[in-house]
Amino acid sequence: MIGGKALAVYRKELRQIARDRRTLLILVFVPAFFLLLYGYALNWDIRHIALAVVDRDGTYESRALVASFVNSGYFDRVADVHGPAEIDRLLDLNVARAALVIPENFGRDLSNGLRPQIQVIINGDNANTATTVMGYAGSIVQSAGAALAEGELRAPPVSIEPRIWYNPELRSTLFLVPGLIAYILMITAVISTAISIVREKETGTMEQVRMAPIDTFSFVVGKSIPYFLISLTSAALIVFAAMLLFGLPMRGNWFSLLVAVSLFIAGALGQGLLISTVAETQQVAFQAAMLSSFLPTLMLSGFIFPISSMPVALQVITYAVPARYFLIALRGIVLKGVPIGLLTPQLAALTAYALFMLTLASVRLARERG
Amino acid sequence: MTAAIEVRHLTRRFGQFVAVDDVSFDVEAGEIFGFLGSNGAGKSTTIRMLCGLLKPTSGAATVGGVDVNTDPEGVKRRIGYMSQRFSLYELLTVDQNIAFFGGIYGLDDAALEERRAFVIQMAGLEGRENTLARDLAGGWRQRLALGCAILHEPAILFLDEPTGGVDPLSRRQFWRLIDDLSKKGVTVLVTTHYLDEAERCHRVALIHAGRLAAIGTTAEVKRVFADRPILEIRAGNPVEAMRQLDAMQEVESTSLFGTAVHAVLRSRAPAADDIRARLTRSGVRVHSVTPVAPSLEDVFLDVIDRAGNRAGSAA
Repeated sequence: MIGGKALAVYRKELRQIARDRRTLLILVFVPAFFLLLYGYALNWDIRHIALAVVDRDGTYESRALVASFVNSGYFDRVADVHGPAEIDRLLDLNVARAALVIPENFGRDLSNGLRPQIQVIINGDNANTATTVMGYAGSIVQSAGAALAEGELRAPPVSIEPRIWYNPELRSTLFLVPGLIAYILMITAVISTAISIVREKETGTMEQVRMAPIDTFSFVVGKSIPYFLISLTSAALIVFAAMLLFGLPMRGNWFSLLVAVSLFIAGALGQGLLISTVAETQQVAFQAAMLSSFLPTLMLSGFIFPISSMPVALQVITYAVPARYFLIALRGIVLKGVPIGLLTPQLAALTAYALFMLTLASVRLARERG
Repeated sequence: MTAAIEVRHLTRRFGQFVAVDDVSFDVEAGEIFGFLGSNGAGKSTTIRMLCGLLKPTSGAATVGGVDVNTDPEGVKRRIGYMSQRFSLYELLTVDQNIAFFGGIYGLDDAALEERRAFVIQMAGLEGRENTLARDLAGGWRQRLALGCAILHEPAILFLDEPTGGVDPLSRRQFWRLIDDLSKKGVTVLVTTHYLDEAERCHRVALIHAGRLAAIGTTAEVKRVFADRPILEIRAGNPVEAMRQLDAMQEVESTSLFGTAVHAVLRSRAPAADDIRARLTRSGVRVHSVTPVAPSLEDVFLDVIDRAGNRAGSAA
């Protein structure tokens, strides 16, 4: 039940956006650009680790072990060295990130059923990377060792065969892309609405509109619907791009996705409106929009840093970050195919966020006009 | 006949600052009423209260018979407003701007089409319907902004410094439009600090430091100089002439008008020749001393001068 006045505002806004190349570019292409940039740069998978090899044994078995490191795809053999001093030098120069040291008699001990020790040295300057590398090395040694000892060692009575669901290759991209979608949508929706209204304040058209007998509701509706539609388009664009470029699956229901995205955008638009009632210049609006959308979404939503490992105080704050709920819903729908019924708490939280922001913004706008 | 605008003891404070201080006046229907004052004198604040945009701290006002305190939305339906910024949407065409403002004033399609044709014709924008507002020259922008403000045919029109930054020819054209509107019965309240424009108003009100300092036709407000003749002195060194004149008993005040000096005398007593002789004696090369009729600018400076003296004697 959009009235004629809201329709007039809606038409005007669409026409303005259509002619404002810069805004259009920001709204449609920057999100896609962000996706590419972050999608390729934000990747925790570690490959091609430069490996120095010290093979003191020189037997078939030791060479087989080295080969299984190289064949795993995680390690590149960059140097063969002979002593600890050389290892130090290579690690210091960052020529090698890790070193594999195979002691003398490795092959013989293995044949004799002993458990020979090998040494893996890892550059620990980046703790995350080091942990991951250690994990790779451990599993390579385990499987290679088992293969080499086959026939002479009894197979272990119980063995673990891990299977990881939803993201079997443990590609961090699949985990990150939904976060990226939230992050990009939040920023563009909040900034574009905030700026569009503050710009009207700056050029004086806002005052002209206030002089007209148009109610706040019609104004807000007419003003937000174009941005809502554009944000939705931009959301569709990044979801499809993520599927095409990063192999993002769609295991759930498109309708559920639409509901979650719509609620999230509605809240973000409300937040933009709210900012526009406080800010008087586009610069202030831009900064407020950036700070209020970008930081919490990046840090406190579970996009990059798991909420469960945050200090309790921060964990409490994350409950006020809408992206937190959106991310759970988005990952659930896209990666796991979770039915919409199970996402009720998240969708309820997003609804509350949208209602809260839109109401507060309307009240403030109405007061400003009165 | 009831007044189109009635203002009674209107006051607006912003914290400690009194922007509009106990202002009362009436504007008759069809009148062009000029609101004069320097920047920050309280003109815009008064207009904003009369347009239902700002709540008065105290006092009352009706616009078109509607109380601004109790029904600001009703006021908005009856008035047109145009500000010094000619607030148009730069990225919309002439037609699209008209369609938008018509839309938010609730015009239906038939009415909009009729008014659109009128505004295009009035503003002389035939053939430019699809030009972006930002590509229009000042005069056209101004007339388009006026057109957008009267799309809904308001009986009362508020113009807040409507001619700023516009060339003289466009200003004259604009005032012709205002005259036409007034002849059709539209009440126009216009603020300006161009005093030549004030001469085109039926009545003017001078506002200074939030208070109404004078009101009436331009002839009426000039009557403050009935007993105080004004001499225009042209001299080789106007600044020195001013210094000498200020020192004279019978000179109340002096001010610079271009290269000439206006001296307001305390009474009709001294003749121009006497003043001229005394100036020459003190070494000023005098070209001419002539009695002149007071201009609105003289009235305006006099108002400020007297307000300054009042503040001075109070302190």
